Amino acid sequence: MSTTTMPPTKAPKTEPKSAPKGALSDRARSERRLGWMLAGPAFAIMLLVTAYPIVQAFYESLFDYRLTDPDNRSFTWFSNYAVILTDSIWWQALGVTVGITVVTVAVELVLGFALAMVMHKAITSVRPVVRTAILIPYAIITVVSAFAWWYGFNLTSGFVNTWLGLGDYDWFGDTLPALAIICLSEIWKTTPFISLLLLAGLAQVPEVLQEAAKVDGATWLQRLWKVTIPNMKAAIMVALLFRALDAFRIFDNIFIMTRGNNNTESVSFLAYRQTISRLEIGLGSALSVLVFLCVVLIAVVFIKGFKVDLASARGEK
Amino acid sequence: MMGAMSTRERVLWYLGALAIVLYALFPVAWIISLSFKSQGDLTDRNFLPRNPSWGNYETIFSGSARDLFLPALRNSLGICLIATFVSVVLAMFAAYAIARLDFPGKRLILSTALVVAIFPAISIVTPLFNLWRGIGLYDTWPGLIIPYLSLTLPISIWTLAAFFREIPWEMEQAAQVDGATSWQAFRKVIVPLAAPGVFTTAIISFFIAWNDFIYGISLTSTEASRPVPAALAFFTGASQFEEPTGAITAAAVVVTIPVVVLVLLFQRRIVAGLTNGAVKG
Amino acid sequence: MAAITMNHIVKRYGDGFPAVNDVSLDIADGEFMILVGPSGCGKSTLLRMIVGLEDITSGDMLIGGQRVNEKSPRERNLSMVFQNYALYPHLSVFENIAFPLRLAGTSDAEVKKRVQDAADVLELREHLERKPANLSGGQRQRVAMGRAIVRQADAFLFDEPLSNLDAKLRGQMRTEIARLQRRLGVTTVYVTHDQTEAMTLGDRVAVLRKGVLQQVASPRELYEQPVNLFVAGFIGSPPMNFLPATVQGAALRTPFGDLHLDDRRAKAVAGHDLVIVGLRPGHFEDASLVEEDKRRHGSVFRAMVDVTEWLGDQQYAYIPFEAPAEITAQLRDLSRELDSDQMRTQAIVEIDAMSRLREGREAEFWVDTRKAHVFDPKTGTNLTRDAEAGARMTEEVAQERAEQLTETREGRVTAG
Repeated sequence: MSTTTMPPTKAPKTEPKSAPKGALSDRARSERRLGWMLAGPAFAIMLLVTAYPIVQAFYESLFDYRLTDPDNRSFTWFSNYAVILTDSIWWQALGVTVGITVVTVAVELVLGFALAMVMHKAITSVRPVVRTAILIPYAIITVVSAFAWWYGFNLTSGFVNTWLGLGDYDWFGDTLPALAIICLSEIWKTTPFISLLLLAGLAQVPEVLQEAAKVDGATWLQRLWKVTIPNMKAAIMVALLFRALDAFRIFDNIFIMTRGNNNTESVSFLAYRQTISRLEIGLGSALSVLVFLCVVLIAVVFIKGFKVDLASARGEK
Repeated sequence: MMGAMSTRERVLWYLGALAIVLYALFPVAWIISLSFKSQGDLTDRNFLPRNPSWGNYETIFSGSARDLFLPALRNSLGICLIATFVSVVLAMFAAYAIARLDFPGKRLILSTALVVAIFPAISIVTPLFNLWRGIGLYDTWPGLIIPYLSLTLPISIWTLAAFFREIPWEMEQAAQVDGATSWQAFRKVIVPLAAPGVFTTAIISFFIAWNDFIYGISLTSTEASRPVPAALAFFTGASQFEEPTGAITAAAVVVTIPVVVLVLLFQRRIVAGLTNGAVKG
Repeated sequence: MAAITMNHIVKRYGDGFPAVNDVSLDIADGEFMILVGPSGCGKSTLLRMIVGLEDITSGDMLIGGQRVNEKSPRERNLSMVFQNYALYPHLSVFENIAFPLRLAGTSDAEVKKRVQDAADVLELREHLERKPANLSGGQRQRVAMGRAIVRQADAFLFDEPLSNLDAKLRGQMRTEIARLQRRLGVTTVYVTHDQTEAMTLGDRVAVLRKGVLQQVASPRELYEQPVNLFVAGFIGSPPMNFLPATVQGAALRTPFGDLHLDDRRAKAVAGHDLVIVGLRPGHFEDASLVEEDKRRHGSVFRAMVDVTEWLGDQQYAYIPFEAPAEITAQLRDLSRELDSDQMRTQAIVEIDAMSRLREGREAEFWVDTRKAHVFDPKTGTNLTRDAEAGARMTEEVAQERAEQLTETREGRVTAG
């Protein structure tokens, strides 16, 4: 693809990287300039595609504004937020979203850890096969995964009821079973990612610690709890953080399987429905801002509350 | 230790591996199986097709779903490749600067990438929907490529920065002592060392763009720019009373093929890229 | 092949700190020059300035009589072995060695011949198709050398090439490098912090301290006639013992009794009060094993033996002593600067392996005062250095070397 098109502006500098700190000041200055020249465009685009929209969304959330009725656009301060926060639909959607997040992340953590252990310990002949296999759910389109699970469980084409002898039980006819299938699809697709992160964490736990613990008389379980897990805590927390934020944004599976029927709506789906289907720009924008705030809250809780140290997880220390 | 493994242990490993392979492939097998069912068998609620046929593939490539699927496939390929290309090129500059140069703001750029990576797409969709309609980007390729950058750029920067940090840059100097010009040192030493990282980043970035659904359904309205995942949601059956299951599954299999091929060819690199970017980035 | 001349070379970084300060050094054509010193002394910076990887703040760098300050590394035609070898991971061993030739556009047949020759010299023949990642440390080291010798470079530069190898391999590669250099007769500059490498490899050794050149001399001269406390402490293993002493006419009063000085030395120390005496471990002996006629060249003292180390062919004894605070501080600074961390003031003495000294007991020692050096504790200058004797030693080595070089080159001409 783009491998051979590295532009010549990146041609190597003649001064060595290992030059002690504080090289000639004009050189340092030109290095700064070059740094920002190279990184600037990417930085600007990232800001442009996120900061600008969220500011715009906040602005629009202060209006009572329907796209189908543009003449009656009026500035109403925070009334959209008041409408949302006093409506049970929002709280229902939030509950569903949090529920999905907690369930999927918890299951994925356990399952992903088991997968990672298998890959870590697996005999060499099996390892590439396992690795390739688990990459497939990761790489598959979420919508395709959603369809696969939906067709598996639905009434017209599903084989699951046949296999389980459940006859005409409608999995999508009620909130909990429908959510269970949604979670199942989500778990199937994203466990591999979490397991790869955990595998990388496992690989960072020195083997000699295991040996030392063995000599000290620890059982397999004690080694896992007292040696392995504490030493890969950073990797676990990072995996949890990324997956929790990802799960909170769940949308594709719900759209394909239930379209939010039977109280299976997530907050993202609710926002989508207000904006795109009902063209309620004001309300939709307010929902977008709220979803954003929730995500920020989760990130802050993780980083401050659980002290997720991204720097140490990145091996910078 | 490894050598002293008993046959029983070996068999257990193989069984474990088999279980994982089954876990990973079962839903894929099911959707493939559905795609080969003939119209009458689609509702037989059987796992395997009784009369396998190519009928559903004919529907999407030359039959009634052709005008929905083929433009969508073209859109998906075009938009994802362009978004991947743009973000990898931009990320390459940024990652080079982060890995090689000393300048204030390095951490700011990495943190921004992190924040953008966790940004909920829905919060971008709502304002863009309104804005794009206003400036004529709604339902166009650029209208999707731009928000796709918010998905692909952060991960590209993190992954590439992790790769670039591991490049032994002092090689450049060794090459210069060996008689290379700056350009030769770059082309003969740095490019071959950096290429695998760039390539892997491109694959991961492509996967992410290829997976998008929310922008696809929100910012497009016709086959002018609608990508495959969104198009799948809009498939309809041959008649009003017929479910579009066959066409959807066949299309799903078709868009899964490139992904599986990439995984099979580059599994080792993809794993390295994913874990580098996330854990060590 | 070329001589390398440095005139008042200075390297100053942005914060004004001179990493290399006014170094002038002449390296003769074909000479093996060692740059040595503790970490941070500027030796690597100096080497990188020779090869062109580091800019020169001021001064002139001449290679083969030509000023090269503004030349890129490529134009200097030098080859270098890096500390971590800098092997190109994506190229095979063959292509790694061939790399400089490929860049120069050498024909395939010639490349093949030259690489094979280099591989034969370094016994790499069977590894040519492998990738560097699959080689052992010693093999990688040899590939890096192969890349250096494959083309006709004007000089070889080595940047601590053996520091990543284990002790045994280091010894082997050291002799290998010496043999290779003698055989090729190419001017060589070799940076190391290991004084064994410095002593065994170099025709001459340049000792650097905080960017300043201390002494340039043959290993023997450095060992026997060091210019100051720093060089004396750096060269030799175990290191020279430094004892506090007060001058009492022609005698020095030390914690180990009075040492008598010959006329030349006595004259040199006259006028000083407090001094530091340097005695190498080898200048001591278990007094009971010293023959009578040798005894009178030195003095005898009694001291408590703290620890003994028996190594089969030799034996060391550790003797603690008290020193005045100002001397202790001075010695501690020195020891820190030499990358060691000597906590206590003690002398290490080398005694005969047959000696039956016991730990924790007093014993009688003899010390050869003829070889003692006396240092000014304030400036560190060696007050008793015999410059003439030193120069003679270095001159001898240079002559030997010149003869050897002529032989090598003539041999090469007739063979080629």
